[in-house]
Formats: sequence, structure tokens, C-alpha cells
Amino acid sequence: MGYAELASVSRGFARMRSLKQFLQRQLHFIVIGGFLSILLIACQPLAQSQAPDASPPPETSSETVDQTEAVGTLELPPLPYAFDALEPYIDAETMELHHDRHHAAYVNNYNEAITDYPDLQSQGVEALLRNLDVIPEDVRITIRNNGGGHVNHSMFWQIMSPEGGGEPQGQLAEQINQTFGSFADFQTAFEEAGANQFGSGWVWLVSNNEGNLQITTTLNQDNPIMQGAFPIMGNDVWEHAYYLSYRNRRAEYLDAWWNVVNWEEVGRRYEQAVQG
Amino acid sequence: MAFTQAPLPFDAGALEPSGMSAKTFEFHYGKHHAAYINKLNDLVAGTELADKSLEEVIKTSYKEGKTAIFNNAAQAWNHDFFWKCLKASGGGKPSGDLAAKIEKDFGSYDKFAEEFKNAAATQFGSGWAWLVSDNGTLKVTKTANAENPLVMDQTPLLTLDVWEHAYYLDFQNRRPDFIKNFLENLVNWDFVASNLASA
Repeated sequence: MGYAELASVSRGFARMRSLKQFLQRQLHFIVIGGFLSILLIACQPLAQSQAPDASPPPETSSETVDQTEAVGTLELPPLPYAFDALEPYIDAETMELHHDRHHAAYVNNYNEAITDYPDLQSQGVEALLRNLDVIPEDVRITIRNNGGGHVNHSMFWQIMSPEGGGEPQGQLAEQINQTFGSFADFQTAFEEAGANQFGSGWVWLVSNNEGNLQITTTLNQDNPIMQGAFPIMGNDVWEHAYYLSYRNRRAEYLDAWWNVVNWEEVGRRYEQAVQG
Repeated sequence: MAFTQAPLPFDAGALEPSGMSAKTFEFHYGKHHAAYINKLNDLVAGTELADKSLEEVIKTSYKEGKTAIFNNAAQAWNHDFFWKCLKASGGGKPSGDLAAKIEKDFGSYDKFAEEFKNAAATQFGSGWAWLVSDNGTLKVTKTANAENPLVMDQTPLLTLDVWEHAYYLDFQNRRPDFIKNFLENLVNWDFVASNLASA
């Protein structure tokens, strides 16, 4: 199964971080190399010229990226639009709290939980979510909740847009019609599932284990990849996602949310799911 | 006979100086709690559960895996119990037998408070934090969504609702501040003491 867009977002950050680490390593090397050079310079004049160059070698990127995934800490991806960009459907205060507080807390808690586990750091967050059993029990639930929170929200920001709304196109539109009867029927079923998710959770459109479209719900911050499904789109039905504007009226939020859905991005995720 | 919503034991604005706003009660009591009771009545209408007590409905539906009925019945009960746990200018330390019992079972009030704060803060997602009597010993527990001590053979003494709707209008994401305020300014220890006395 391919990586979700959110994975490539976090990889992007990881790449930046790895460059920093690379430069730090180079700096150490230069300091040590410089010291050795001074020691050796009298008897071995060539040593100085062998000290590594400060600029990173041009073709380290692919190897460095792999190493970086191995680092495994998360960074909060920036919101791809302004806090108020989704108004009037989602208010600016909600977006700011949701991104800067809730999502940030998941990132921080996850990073704290894996600090003492180099073995876990060698795997990406999605790999861990797919295989929770390998995680030591004392941090399993923390990684599940906060890793899930990060993966879910990273996708959520991407599948919304101020230019959102309308209907899906192409292959995804055809598949939705085939599976649910029509786009309107799909919307109704998705909203119903979201309304019926008791307590905190998410409502999803996934490509399931058989490769078929299916509407599912998950509790709290669980992600469909935990059950081997590919999340194509999901709406957050934790109360923090809508309470400031919609209060107890979750159904109204679910209905309004279609106005901000970024179908281009959702369609891209569907293609990823199909391509496996 | 249909289940009904008991009135709040105080004015909806009475707790505002103690950190729980009238706005929160307008929705928490007026919408959320009311909706659980309405849904419960819809779900049990015409069934044998309609004539049982709320506690019996909770225990029976839990045992029989009737999730929708359990969720709404338990939430109807939990909220009613929660309102009674609150009072204007409440909080602080308990006194008398309750204080002695807390000291005996937790070591000190501070240790109890720390455990309670931790339980309430770490209940991931929707749920509740509790002080219960478990076979005569006081314990702090937490439950997800609608679950409560009644189905775990424990006697509930005190609860705090940590669903986001309980604090989002007053504290937004800052659940720890909401919990701290509850212990310092809102707990109705008289109600807790009466629960302990009849446990």
C-alpha cells in the first residue's frame, strides 16, 4: 500500500530536519578533522586537504531520507491556508485551536513517547499504526492515540480547501456512484455515519481490504490503516472540531463540511489507493 | 412512563463566578443532557425496559449489549449525577468522615487530587473521571464515553465530565485548567459525603 499524502508531508519536514542533522554531523567532523589536521600537519601535509568539505555532497538525499524516516520524530505540518480561510463553514478560532493546540499536542506527545525507543524511531508513524503489536505496552496506547492524531489531522488539513466544495470528478466520482448509487446518497450515508459515531472519533471513506469503497467510523484517533484499509477522506467528529460554531449540532457541521472538501486532493488519494 | 430530566439543582448562571458559564449549561444541560433522555425514551418506547428504573435500564442494556440504549441511559444518569456534584463556590478540601476516608485510602487529599487530575486528563477522547467506593475502598477511575461505575459493581461518589462539550466553551482545549477549577471551585463535597454515607 502506498504512502498517504500526509506521509509525504511529514517526510518533507523530516528531510529538512535531516539536512540539519547532516550539517551538525559535518560540523563535528570539521572540528575533529581540523584538530587532527593541526596534529598531523607537520608530518602529513595532505591531511588538511582531506578534511571534509562543509557543503553536503550532492547525492546524499535518497540515503539521507531513508535515515530520516528512521529518526521517526514528527513535526507539525503548517496549515496550508489561513485560519480564517474556511469561514463561514469552519471558524478561524476553531482552526487555530485545532491545528496549533490539538494537533500540536499529538505531535509533542508522540515525540515524547518514542524518545526512549530507538527501535520505534527506526519506523515511521504509519508503520507503527499498522502494527501496534510490536510497540512496547507502556507506550502503545500513547503512540496509537497521538500517532493516530497526527496522521488523521495531517490528512484533514490537506483534504480541505477554501476553494473546496462541489463534487468529485473522474474515476472517484464513477466509483462513488457505483458503490453508493449517487453522490447525494454517498453524502447522506457519510453524514449519518458521522452523526452516529458516539463520542470522539472520525468518519471515513476508505478503500477497504477488497479494494472497494466503504464508509467506516473509528473511535478517538484510530485510523483505518490500523485495519488495513486506505483512508481516502475523513471528517473529524470530535467536538473540538465544531463545538465553537455548531455546539451540539453535529449534523449541521457534517452538512456544512462538504463546502470545504478539496475533491482534487481526495481524488489524488483515491488514485493512490487504487495504485496500491 | 417516560424518563424525565430533573431540574438543575442550581440556577444555570449560579456557577459562572466559579468557572462554569451559563452558556455551557444552556447547551450541556439544555441540549446534550436533554437529547440523551429524549433518545432514551424513543429507544425504549414499547419495550419492557420502558417501565424499569434508569439504573436497571443501564445495567440490563450493558449486560445485553444494547449499545444505543446503554449509551443514552448511562449519559442520562451520568449528567444528573454530575450536576449534583457541582455547587457555587464549592471545591477545596472535604471535611469529616469523607476527609478521613480519603486520607486513609489515598494517603492524603493531595494524593487523591493528583490521582483524580491525572485520570481526568488522561481519559483520551470523551469520558468521565470518578471517585468510587469499590468494596469499601475509595478509588479513582476513568471511563470512556457513557460507561460508568454502576456497571462495574462500584458505587460512584463523585464525577467529572471530560467530554469536550463540558468545557470547550469555557476552557477550549485546556482540559487541565477545567479539571483544576473543578476541584478548587466547584465540587459539592456535601453530596459526595452523602454518597459515601449511603455506600
